[in-house]
Amino acid sequence: MILATLQHLGQRGMQVFERLGRASILLSRILGGIHTLVPRFSLFIHQIHSVGVLSLVIIVVSGVFVGMVLGLQGYNTLVDFGAEESLGVVVSLSLVRELGPVVSALLFAGRAGSALTAEIGLMKATEQLSAMEMMAVDPVHRVLAPRFFAGLFSMPLLAAIFSAVGVLGGFFVGVGLLGVDDGAYWSQMQAKVDFYDDIMNGVIKSIAFGWVVTWIAVFEGYDAVPTSEGVSRATTRTVVYSSLAVLGLDFILTALMFGD
Amino acid sequence: MSDNNNDIIVRIRNLSFSRGSRRIFDDIDIDIRRGSVTSIMGPSGTGKTTLLRLIGGQLRPDAGQIFFDGEEVTGASRRRLFELRKRMGMLFQNGALLTDMDVYDNVAFPLREHTDLPESMIRDLVLMKLEAVGLRGARHLMPAELSGGMARRVALARAIALDPMMIMYDEPFTGQDPISMGVLVRLIREVNDSLGLTSVLVSHDIDEASAISDHIYLLSGGKVVAQGGAEELRNSASEWAQQFMQGLPDGPVPFHYPASSFRDDLLSGGEGERP
Repeated sequence: MILATLQHLGQRGMQVFERLGRASILLSRILGGIHTLVPRFSLFIHQIHSVGVLSLVIIVVSGVFVGMVLGLQGYNTLVDFGAEESLGVVVSLSLVRELGPVVSALLFAGRAGSALTAEIGLMKATEQLSAMEMMAVDPVHRVLAPRFFAGLFSMPLLAAIFSAVGVLGGFFVGVGLLGVDDGAYWSQMQAKVDFYDDIMNGVIKSIAFGWVVTWIAVFEGYDAVPTSEGVSRATTRTVVYSSLAVLGLDFILTALMFGD
Repeated sequence: MSDNNNDIIVRIRNLSFSRGSRRIFDDIDIDIRRGSVTSIMGPSGTGKTTLLRLIGGQLRPDAGQIFFDGEEVTGASRRRLFELRKRMGMLFQNGALLTDMDVYDNVAFPLREHTDLPESMIRDLVLMKLEAVGLRGARHLMPAELSGGMARRVALARAIALDPMMIMYDEPFTGQDPISMGVLVRLIREVNDSLGLTSVLVSHDIDEASAISDHIYLLSGGKVVAQGGAEELRNSASEWAQQFMQGLPDGPVPFHYPASSFRDDLLSGGEGERP
């Protein structure tokens, strides 16, 4: 009984490492194919549209609401100490350091990551990837690389837009509805938010998240079992794994950046 | 290896291949002549499609060698394999057209990927290939708007876009109505003869395949059980060839999937089954 459990655990462990290995090999093939992006630049632009631009709506709407909630919650806490002037700092630091990169990465995984996995998985299931291979076109370079780099490129921009829109949302609620001083909102923000410590660290986070989410999405699609059930499982895995990866990675990065 | 018999385009020697514990090919030899239409036939699940993937180098055999045009496919590097594949076309069962492009772009795809031809010349070539399969007028349709037979004809146009030496057809007749079946049968032979190609056909539609084949290999249980011209096989003494060519339900290929005795199975009452 115990032996069987151990054996089962060992088997699962081997499977995890095997998948990790396959994912790493795929990543190295994608990165090795970066030069093939030059003659296919229009594909890259096209993917930025479908991965990035089409994610804008959900990012902007969520950003506004998250900013508004931050304004409301922050005001209620700060007003007890008579520090509601600092609302701008609270809203912008929460967004730029944490919520911007993390929430937009989670939304990105749900909106763009799942779509990437489903698309690539279906291309595999309908033998389109095989057909490309037989036409001597490497699908890793033709299909995966433009999508991966488009995700990598879009994610920091989406996170930046999320934060910017969120700051405006906080402004509407704090200044517009709750009566925080207009000048104080902006000037305190300007004084307290540091470009390198806060904004750049947030950008680094969002690049890391974009990398992990698109890597998982592209790999899961490419590695999917080529049936409808397999593709649906792969899509689920993309959302679950990339959300967990983003949250785990966020803790590690935060500890490294702000932990001292 | 130097190819001393230049007449053979695909030479398969002592090929063995397994999937998991299931042995799909067991030490088979196959030769495909230049310029011929060769059919690989056999019941479903005998690995006919697998054989095409092995020839194309998408799968690696456990043992044995495959030569294409005098060069070894087995063990070739990815780069070498891609060079070889430019000389072979493959038609997948459902066409495998790229769904995000229209018919024209699908046929232009290999030309754009592998050549630096100006767009005007690509246009001429694409229209020529589409005319050959009778679908020049359908060039603006998307793959989702095509019938199964039309999709396969577009895939054929795409497969001959780079003027390969050989085309492999994976079950080209499955699920076709009589008209598009007739069209495909005629087209495969015509394209083969007019372009001087070699065609390898994987099929279990005996009548259609034997009508256009110069040579037929019958596979079963991982072995080549019979080979020869269509007429030769029909008159063959092999029990196996007789069962397959006449479509008899029982014979060397049993009707029943291997199982314990029916009586024991019923009387056991389900003991020892999977939980």
